[in-house]
Amino acid sequence: MFDTNFFAAPLDLVLGALTGLVFGFLLVRGGVSRFETIVGQFRLRDFTVVKVMATAVVVGGLGVYGLEAAGLIENLHVKAAALPANAIGGAIFGIGMAVLGYCPGTGVAALAEGARDARWGIVGMLAGAALYAEIQAPLGRLLRSTFGDAGELGKATLATLTGWSPFAFLVPMGILAAVGFAFLERRERLGRR
Amino acid sequence: MCPPRPKENHMQSASPPAVPILQRARWSPYAVGAGIGVLSWATFALMDKALGTSTTFVRAAGSAIGAVAPDHVRENAYYAKYLVGKPAFDWQFALVIGLFLGALTAARMARRNDPTYVPIGAVPATWSARFGPSRTRRAVGAFLGGAVLLIGARLAGGCTSGHGISGSLQLAASSLTFIVAAFAVGIPFALWFYASDRGRS
Repeated sequence: MFDTNFFAAPLDLVLGALTGLVFGFLLVRGGVSRFETIVGQFRLRDFTVVKVMATAVVVGGLGVYGLEAAGLIENLHVKAAALPANAIGGAIFGIGMAVLGYCPGTGVAALAEGARDARWGIVGMLAGAALYAEIQAPLGRLLRSTFGDAGELGKATLATLTGWSPFAFLVPMGILAAVGFAFLERRERLGRR
Repeated sequence: MCPPRPKENHMQSASPPAVPILQRARWSPYAVGAGIGVLSWATFALMDKALGTSTTFVRAAGSAIGAVAPDHVRENAYYAKYLVGKPAFDWQFALVIGLFLGALTAARMARRNDPTYVPIGAVPATWSARFGPSRTRRAVGAFLGGAVLLIGARLAGGCTSGHGISGSLQLAASSLTFIVAAFAVGIPFALWFYASDRGRS
């Protein structure tokens, strides 16, 4: 559109669409495309979202760092850390997500599933994107004058910050998640009885 | 393709006939999480990309505004970063379209074949218990929630997929900070916002 084609290369689009097909299918099967599942997580009544996310992070992390060690992954895609913006953005995001009951990905899945409110959520997200583009420059200046370069860590991970292996985090996270979820499932079974 | 279904005999068996796995309304959240984890291996190893969705909303909004006011988009540094000299409809944009189609397929398969599929109401029950059954009120809430959420996502540089999953699985400091902040604030906020004893007046 601007100085180039509107569409990326066909192979990119096909691979992206295939990834999305699987992702969307999984989100619906996980029930995380539902308002009640997401709001239930924020109200600590339904732990489906944490179960899905923690499993995805542990399985994904072990595989991605394993494949990287084997030379099968060339680049990691770590987003540069600006911790004040990450934290404030996260807090604002958490409030918006609790009101909407979907996030960008699950909102599109909910729209596909026929949730009427998801339509307005998507329109709101587009409006939010447009509004952010207008306020980004002054907002950036405000954050810079408040926080300076505090928390600007570049493409930092727990592994690069500590000098430890990523598996020193992922393996304990996996064990902790397995034990925690085993307890949680037991409690949920007892609660249903 | 489909495995033969066991003969239905409602007189003898109390349990309903098994629904083929792909058509079942819900899977174990651990299976779904593991599936998303394995999917991210594929995006990193085969596509040199990380799963994400929220940048697409910037590209979509910028393209729509750019169709009317191209100079405005060109002169805005934030839009320019994503749209000038780069295709607007990229890998992630295709992913979001695919996500819609994948979710549509999953929902249709379950709706037709799995009696346990729960249809979606016009206004979610938890919302209507607190704010009443008005569709308009819910639409306004969803619009505002969506706008706030996306401003937060763009300030933080990602959402539940880009930071919450792709970034966290790489143990990124930015992503772990984002997801901890989202829940640390979202949980007390939601407990207050949907509290039923907070009189409706």
